[in-house]
Amino acid sequence: MTLHQGAAARPWVDRILAINGWLIFAFLYLPIGMVVIFSFSASPNVGRWGGFTLDWYERMLGNEQLMNSLRNSVIVALASTVVSTILGTAAAIALDRYRKWVGRGAFDAVVYLPIIIPDVTMAVMLLLWFTSIGMNLGLGSITLSHIAFNISFVAVVVRARLANMDPFMEEAAADLYASRWQAFRRVTLPLIMPGVLGGALLALTLSLDDVVITSFVQGPGSTTLPVYVFGLIKRSVTPEINAVSTLMMVMSVGLVLASLFFQTRADRRQRQ
Amino acid sequence: MKRLVGIIAVLALVTAACGGSDGDAQALADACEAGEVDGDLNLYNWTEYLPTGPEAEDAGVVDFIAEFEDRYPDVNVVYTQYDSNEAMLAQIDAGASYDLVVPSDYMVSIMKGSDLLVKLNHDAIPGMSNLDPTFANPGYDAGNEYSVPYQWGTTGIGFNYDYLDDSEGISWAAIFEPGEDAEYLGRISFLDDTRETLGAALKYLGYSLNTTDQAELDEASALIKDAKADIAAFDSSSYWTLLTNGDTHVAMGWNGDFLAEYDGISTDDFDAYEQYGYAIPTEGAAAWVDTMAIPMTAEHVCTAHAFIDMVLEPFMGGELTNYNYYASPNLAAQEHIYPDILEWEAVYPSEETMTSLEFFEDLGDFEINYSDAFAQAKS
Amino acid sequence: MTLLDDHDQVKQEEAANPELEKRAKRQESWRGFFHAAPAYVYLTFFFTLPLLIVYVFSFASRGPTGKPFLEDWNLDSWIKLGDPLVMEIALRSLWLALLNTALCLLIGYPFAYWIATRRSERTRTLLLVAVLIPFWSNFLIRTYAWRMLLDSDGIITQIGEWSGLWGQLLFTPTAVFLGLLYGYLPFVVLPLYAAIERLDWTLVEAGRDLYASGSAAFRKITLPLSKPGIVAGSVLVFIPSLGAYVTPDILGGAKTTLLGNYIVTQFTAARNWPFGSALSGAILIIMLAVTILYFRTDARTI
Repeated sequence: MTLHQGAAARPWVDRILAINGWLIFAFLYLPIGMVVIFSFSASPNVGRWGGFTLDWYERMLGNEQLMNSLRNSVIVALASTVVSTILGTAAAIALDRYRKWVGRGAFDAVVYLPIIIPDVTMAVMLLLWFTSIGMNLGLGSITLSHIAFNISFVAVVVRARLANMDPFMEEAAADLYASRWQAFRRVTLPLIMPGVLGGALLALTLSLDDVVITSFVQGPGSTTLPVYVFGLIKRSVTPEINAVSTLMMVMSVGLVLASLFFQTRADRRQRQ
Repeated sequence: MKRLVGIIAVLALVTAACGGSDGDAQALADACEAGEVDGDLNLYNWTEYLPTGPEAEDAGVVDFIAEFEDRYPDVNVVYTQYDSNEAMLAQIDAGASYDLVVPSDYMVSIMKGSDLLVKLNHDAIPGMSNLDPTFANPGYDAGNEYSVPYQWGTTGIGFNYDYLDDSEGISWAAIFEPGEDAEYLGRISFLDDTRETLGAALKYLGYSLNTTDQAELDEASALIKDAKADIAAFDSSSYWTLLTNGDTHVAMGWNGDFLAEYDGISTDDFDAYEQYGYAIPTEGAAAWVDTMAIPMTAEHVCTAHAFIDMVLEPFMGGELTNYNYYASPNLAAQEHIYPDILEWEAVYPSEETMTSLEFFEDLGDFEINYSDAFAQAKS
Repeated sequence: MTLLDDHDQVKQEEAANPELEKRAKRQESWRGFFHAAPAYVYLTFFFTLPLLIVYVFSFASRGPTGKPFLEDWNLDSWIKLGDPLVMEIALRSLWLALLNTALCLLIGYPFAYWIATRRSERTRTLLLVAVLIPFWSNFLIRTYAWRMLLDSDGIITQIGEWSGLWGQLLFTPTAVFLGLLYGYLPFVVLPLYAAIERLDWTLVEAGRDLYASGSAAFRKITLPLSKPGIVAGSVLVFIPSLGAYVTPDILGGAKTTLLGNYIVTQFTAARNWPFGSALSGAILIIMLAVTILYFRTDARTI
C-alpha cells in the first residue's frame, strides 16, 4: 500500500506532473479568486476594480430578499442533511452488514437511482408528484425533495467506508458490550464517523447548491439562495453576489476544516 | 410489496383526477371592499419589474413593497420572482398559492380559459378609472374582467450607433440577414423566447406573428437557423449588459430593459443615449401588455385587490414607469412620469408606428408547433 | 459477514443445532430490513412513486395549460420520441457528454496520479481538500465568474489578445467545454485518486524491473490496475453530462438545444407535460441500461 522508493516516477516525469498539477490548481482557483477579490471592489461593474471597500458586504446584509433566501437555504440544507444522513447511514449498514433480507435486491437498485437520474427528470417527477397528491409547494416540498436525493449519496459514501472497515473490531465489541445498541454507539459509530461526516458534508453541499430541482418545487416565499442568485445574476451583476459567495465559501471551508480537525483528533485518540 | 405500491399509485391518480380548483377564492373576491386587506400578500412578479429594495433606492424611486407595508402595518409582503410566463404558469398549475401574479396578455387568455384566474371585483379597485381608454377593453380580456394592465412595451432592436444608423429606420434584416460586410457579425443577440424570436422572423418575412400556417412557420425557423451562425447568443435576461459592454453591438430585446440600462450607465461625463439607441423595425414588431391578475390558488384575495389599486394610483403608476422605463397604460399617471420619457419614441411610439405593432395571441395546440420550430432552429 | 452474530462460539452452536441457525438467519433478515426500512419507505414515497407517475403521465393527453388530462390515454408522446428533431438533440447531447468525459479523464488522470503519489498522507489530504474547496461556492456563481473571465473585458480574453493565441472565447464551444471540465473535474479526480492510492506499488516496482521503460510499466501495470477508478470516474461524469444544460446555456449563449433544456421547455414554453414526461422516462431507461452494462463488464474484468 505504501509508496515504495522504487515505485516513484522518474524525477523529470514527476516534475512535469507537478507543473501540470499546479496549472490545474490555478485553473481551479482563477474564478474563485476573481469572485473573492471583486467582492471588495468599489466599482459596481464586476470585472473592473474600483478600490477597496466593504460596502457590498454591508449592502448584502441589508438586502432583505437576499437574507431571506439565505435563511431558507440554510434551513432546508440543515434539515435535509440531518434526515438524509440518519436514513442513509442506516441504509448503508443494512446493505453492507446484512446479506439477506426481504426486498434487499430491489432496495439496492433503488438506492443508486437518485444518483444517476438527471436533475431535470427528478425535478419534473417531484413536481408532478406534489401536484398529484395535492401537497402545497414551499420550503417543505423543497426539503422533502432534497432528502430524496441526499439519502442515496450518504448511503454510497458510508457504504464505501463500511466496506473498508475491519469487522473484527466490531466482533470484539460484541464480546465487551451487553447490548447491540451500545456496541454500535461505542465502536461501530466512531469507526464509520469519517464516512458519515463525509456523507453529511456531501449532502449539505448538494442541498446548498441545488438549483434545478428547487426551482421546480418551490412555492411562495420559499426562494433559496441559488434560485435567487439565478434570477438576480442574469440581471444586475453587482459585487453583492460576490460578497455572498465569499461568505458561503468561508463558512463551508470553516465547517470542513473543523470537522477534519475533530476527526484527526478522534482518530489519534482511537489509536491510543 | 408490489400490491401495496399498486394501491398507492391508484390512490394518487384518483386524488389527482379529483383535485379541482377552489371555489373559495372567487367567493372571497366578490366580497372584497376597496382598501380591505385579509392577510399577507404573496406577490409573484417578473424579476426587476417592481421597484423595491436597494434597486429602487438607487433609481430614486419609491419602494412599492415598503409603501404597501407602511399603509397596512399588519400586512407582510412575500415577494417571489420568475423570469417567464410559462414558469409562473407551471407553478400556478401545480397549485402554488400566490395571491398576485403578473401574466402577459396571451398568458391571461390561457389562464382564463383554464379557470385559473379569479374574476376581479371592480368595486374594490376604484383606481381602474385611471386607465387609458385604449386599454379598457383589450382583446385578450374584454372589460378587464380578470386582469388589470400593468405596463406595456414593444420588442425591437437595441444597438450601438457605431455600427448601425437609424436615421432611415432599421429593418429586421439588421439581425437576420446582416450581409457579409456587416462589421458586427458575431456580435448579435436574439431573444431566447419562442414567440418573440419566431415572431420577429415572421414579421421580417411579412407574415403575422400569430400565423398558424406551418409553411410560414418553417420559413421563419429556417431563417433563424441560418442567422444563428452570425450571432453571439440567445439571451433574454442579460442582453442589455452584453450590448453595453461590447460583447454584442446589435441586440433584439424589450424597450424598457434597454432604456433602463442606458440610463444606468450614464454618468456626468458620459451620455449613453449618444452611443446607444433603440428602434422598432420598419416591418413591424410585437407589442405586449403585462397585467396584474389573481390566481384561483390565492388565499388573500382582498389584499391582492388593494395592491392592484395602489399600483393604479397616478403617482405610483408614474414611479413604475420612471423605474422600469416601460410605458404605462395609466392615463392619470402621465403627469408623474419624467417628461423625457413621455417624449420618447422608444417608450411611447408615434401613431404611425403603433399601426405596425401586433399583439401576441394564444394559439392553442399550435403552440407546440412553434416550440418545436424554435427547438429546430436552435439545434 | 454479519455485524455481531459472527462469533465462533455462536457459529459452532448453530452448526450443531439447525433450528438455532434458522432462527439466527431470520433474526438477521429482520434486522437488515429494520435498518433499511425508514430509507426504503421514504424513497418509495418520494422517488419510486413519483417516477411511476412520470411514466403514467407520459401516456396522458395534453391540456391547454400543458398539464396532463388523465383520460384519452395515447402513445402520442412516445411516438414523438422518434422525431428526427429529438434524435438530433439526443445525439448532440451524447456527443457533448462523451467529449466531456474524455476530456475530464485526460486531464484528471495525471492530476490524480500526482496527488496520489505524494509521500506524506497529510500532503495528499491537503491537496484533495484544496481541490474540493472551489466547489463549496455556488455553482452558478462559479459559472458566471467564468463568463466574466471570458467576455470581452475578461482577463482571459485580454491575455489571449495580447499573446495572439486566441480571441474572444465566450459563446464558443471552447467556453462550454472549459466550463464543463471545471464543473466535473472533482467527480473524476476523486475516484481516480482513490483507485491509484490503493494500488499495490510492489507490482509497479516489479514492473519497472521487468520492463525497460517507465512508460511501459505504466501502460501495462498502473493503468490497468487503476481501471476501477477510471470506470467510476467516467460514469460519474458521463451520466450527469447527458442532462447538462445550464453551463452550455450560460457559457455557450444558449445556441444549442440539448436534452436537458428540451425537457425543461416541455414543462414551460411548450406546455406539453406528457411529452416532457416521456422524454424524461426514456432517458432514464437508457441511462439505467448504460450503467448496468458498464458495471457488468467492469465486474467481469475484475
